[in-house]
Amino acid sequence: MEPLLNITGLTMNFGGIRALDNLDLRVREGQIVALIGPNGAGKTTFFNCLTGIYKPTSGDLLLTPPGKKTRRLNGLKPNKVTQQGLARTFQNIRLFPNMTVLENVMIGRHCRTRAKVLGALFRNAGTVQEEQEIVALSLMILENMGLADMVNEFAKNLPYGDQRRLEIGRALATDPLLLLLDEPAAGMNPQETSELEELITTIRDDGLSILLIEHDMKLVMNLSDYIFVLDYGKKIAEGTPEEIRNNPAVIKAYLGEDIEDA
Amino acid sequence: MISLTDIKKGLLVSLWFVFLTFPLMVIKINPIDKVILWRWSNMYWVAGGSFLCYLAMQIYKTRKLTRQEHIKQGLIKEKPKMQFKLLSDPKIYLPTLAVAGLFFLAFPLLFSTYQTNIMITALMYVVLGLGLNIVVGVAGLLDLGYVAFYAVGAYSYALLHLHFGLGFWEVLPIGGLLAASFGILLGFPVLRLRGDYLAIVTLGFGEIIRLILENWNEFSHGPSGISNIPRPGFFGIHLGLEQSITYLYYLMILMVIFTIFVVNRLQSSRIGRAWFALREDEIACQAMGIDKTKTKLTAFALGAFWAGMVGVIFAAKTTFVNPASFTFLESAIILCIVVLGGMGSIIGVIIAALILILLPEYLRAFSDYRMLVFGAVLVIMMVFRPQGIVANIRRTYTVQKND
Repeated sequence: MEPLLNITGLTMNFGGIRALDNLDLRVREGQIVALIGPNGAGKTTFFNCLTGIYKPTSGDLLLTPPGKKTRRLNGLKPNKVTQQGLARTFQNIRLFPNMTVLENVMIGRHCRTRAKVLGALFRNAGTVQEEQEIVALSLMILENMGLADMVNEFAKNLPYGDQRRLEIGRALATDPLLLLLDEPAAGMNPQETSELEELITTIRDDGLSILLIEHDMKLVMNLSDYIFVLDYGKKIAEGTPEEIRNNPAVIKAYLGEDIEDA
Repeated sequence: MISLTDIKKGLLVSLWFVFLTFPLMVIKINPIDKVILWRWSNMYWVAGGSFLCYLAMQIYKTRKLTRQEHIKQGLIKEKPKMQFKLLSDPKIYLPTLAVAGLFFLAFPLLFSTYQTNIMITALMYVVLGLGLNIVVGVAGLLDLGYVAFYAVGAYSYALLHLHFGLGFWEVLPIGGLLAASFGILLGFPVLRLRGDYLAIVTLGFGEIIRLILENWNEFSHGPSGISNIPRPGFFGIHLGLEQSITYLYYLMILMVIFTIFVVNRLQSSRIGRAWFALREDEIACQAMGIDKTKTKLTAFALGAFWAGMVGVIFAAKTTFVNPASFTFLESAIILCIVVLGGMGSIIGVIIAALILILLPEYLRAFSDYRMLVFGAVLVIMMVFRPQGIVANIRRTYTVQKND
């Protein structure tokens, strides 16, 4: 079977610097796949290429929704990529700070709804119904995220952990096939991290596939079905958590190697 | 409450003020008798006044701080803010609205034609402010050339009447649509720009339109402008000057109501949410599947639309247009209205427009000091309420728990 996301030969140059070098990566349906690597390895660049913020120099990004034809994602604008079914969160939280929690999630429904200017002016039955559906669905998502008590709070007033969860909720509102999480556990305490672990598992069990960038090795090893390791823009290893744990190249990239003849 | 350091600082402040205002307030040169008048009493007034002002500010600050401390410690409950009460309690805002409505309806009957004329101008700025509010306040696109669309509206009436004999009612929508298409025209090149860069380009755009109008004699009759523009017709009945001003006043009231209705519905729609999201974070907005290009262009077009309509009304009101009416200063005033009123707040923009346009008129009593007082009011407003008269209020939704 075709993998949900199939990336072949992805290369990204910034001037003379090669941030990503001939990367191959696959995400199968219903998997949690992790992308790890030391700082500056190119993980976030990879996300930015995938979501259309950067245009990759070469390579193919192919998305195959279950039961449908394969689509190429390269060269699409970020909003089109989201429409195709990839939703992301950001390494440094990027909520809409001066909008309420509910509105933040409602924004996620934008690409799945179609009310236009005239609909907004005349509030015809279709528009009103669509608006009600947006609110209902957003509330449901917030309920699942455990944020139902603060729907009318400004997003900027939320505690850090809740902001992270709200960002995931907002991404879920776009009805994604694949959820891209950029360091979701960054800055969280162990308690919050374990809650997050639970949340991600629930999302996967609901049928979504997840691609995860993370530094918290415990979280990665617990959650992932498959791991890709990047260093200096190159893929240095891939495999199950067990294989990665014992891979000498990965250990070398993270810890350095012994000096031979000292 | 007032410590010694406060008094010391206050003295220092008053000393500064004396120093700064010394040439203006104390020295007066009489060139006829060739003597210098030293008005020392003024100096004492300045010193005393600034000292007291400083102390009053200090007391206000400490009281606010202690209150916040108390709220934090849970000693007293936070009072709901005045503006929230005003806007959310129907018992308060419905009567206020009714009184305001009656006042505005009866205005031409109560006051002179001159006053009515001023009020028409103020109402025009209300609509301009609401239009620019879409672009700057809601979508967060800093536009310093908004007056260009106003000019497009005014000149479209002047020229379409001159060449094709079109009347006010035919041109009103045309002027709006023309301005909207100019909005899209401006929108395309600035799609990639944000903040300061966008401001500079829009500033340039405003100047370009004005300079074209000033220099393209064959097209726009240059600096001498176009005169003899007819006032709006009233079902073919000829109106006298006073009647037509009253007529225009009610027309403007209708226009304001129409604008509020449309802008309000837009803001609370899917499109309005996308505009707010664009203002808050452009990258996140795109990542959530919002088409940045479309959203920006609709904001520019729908913002410019109002300026075009008001432009047509402006041309009909003054019966004369020339490029001097569309300088950068106009853009600045409209932007002031939006910022002072509170970005994205409809009621705030209305209040700010009325204050900013009416205040200079009613300050004429202070003759020479008119603009000084006006400037001081602006500065004080921004110091004490940097978020604007009515700060960002979001729509709240009630959640039904289904247990």
